[in-house]
Amino acid sequence: MAFRIWETIGRDLLRDTAAYSVGIAVAGAAFAAIATAQGLPWWITWAMSLFVYAGTAQFAALGVAAAGGSGLAVVATGLILNLRHIPYGLAVGHLYWDRWWTRILGTQNLLDTTTAFALAEGDDQRRAKIAYWTTGTGNAVAWVVGNFAGMFIGGWIAEPERLGLDAALPAIILALVIPSLKDRRTLLAAATGAVIALAASPFLPPGMPVLLALVGLVFARPKRGREEAAT
Amino acid sequence: MNWIEVAVLAVGTFLIRLSGPLLRGRISVSEETEEFLKRGATVVLVALVATSSVMSENQWAGWALPAGVAVGGVLAWRRAPLAVVVVAAAATTALLRLAGIE
Repeated sequence: MAFRIWETIGRDLLRDTAAYSVGIAVAGAAFAAIATAQGLPWWITWAMSLFVYAGTAQFAALGVAAAGGSGLAVVATGLILNLRHIPYGLAVGHLYWDRWWTRILGTQNLLDTTTAFALAEGDDQRRAKIAYWTTGTGNAVAWVVGNFAGMFIGGWIAEPERLGLDAALPAIILALVIPSLKDRRTLLAAATGAVIALAASPFLPPGMPVLLALVGLVFARPKRGREEAAT
Repeated sequence: MNWIEVAVLAVGTFLIRLSGPLLRGRISVSEETEEFLKRGATVVLVALVATSSVMSENQWAGWALPAGVAVGGVLAWRRAPLAVVVVAAAATTALLRLAGIE
């Protein structure tokens, strides 16, 4: 039985999930170490990691709080950063919209990386579902184990930049989207969007520039106009 | 951080995550719309890679970070396994920083 599950998931996806999960575990350890160093009670740290469950927003919220930001600033920073999950949900939401419990778990499992892994499977919906849940499970386990370890390790792991972790996570997403950039319209939309986001970054709060990038989609409108003209 | 902030952040994030599939349920998704929505998510992901590779807390992140991501990107383009991409990206950035290049 267990063997059949591994068989269904496939070696490549398991290997990729393992590689990615190591990065997530380090990130989780760093988060818990920083939170603990800042004097956050353990149960607040756990509540964030389990219920907010969005690494980037969690780090940002800690940063704002450490800089003396108000409660409103902490919440606003985190929520604005998380708005990018709306286009993610629009793109992959149908993959887990089956039963009530898959909807709840799937919603909580909506992340940059699970979205990217699912999209990387292209039009094969069955594989996309498998990728979404497999990488999501890897992420959840790694995140919990990492958080647990970080509470005790402390110290050096609180500076994951020294390990180059901040380069590893964008590199994973880049690797996953590269195949879909072979489509010329997607490439054009993504390149335009990236330029817009970079140009806007110095002026907007983190999280907004990547949404502004959606303007790049003017290069990838559905071809409805042409069809109407044809009929 | 207190528990109220964490609770608001958690509930707000869940609602944000929930809104995508709920919006999707309200429209009939043709094959073309499907492509369009996927493209939208890809655009956001690419923008996320771009901004998080060169900016750190709204400032220029230095050379080590984009160099590492670029090495990972080239390897991925050459179809290297993800594990190789991850290790190479992290190692490049870490070694550059160790050498004093931020």
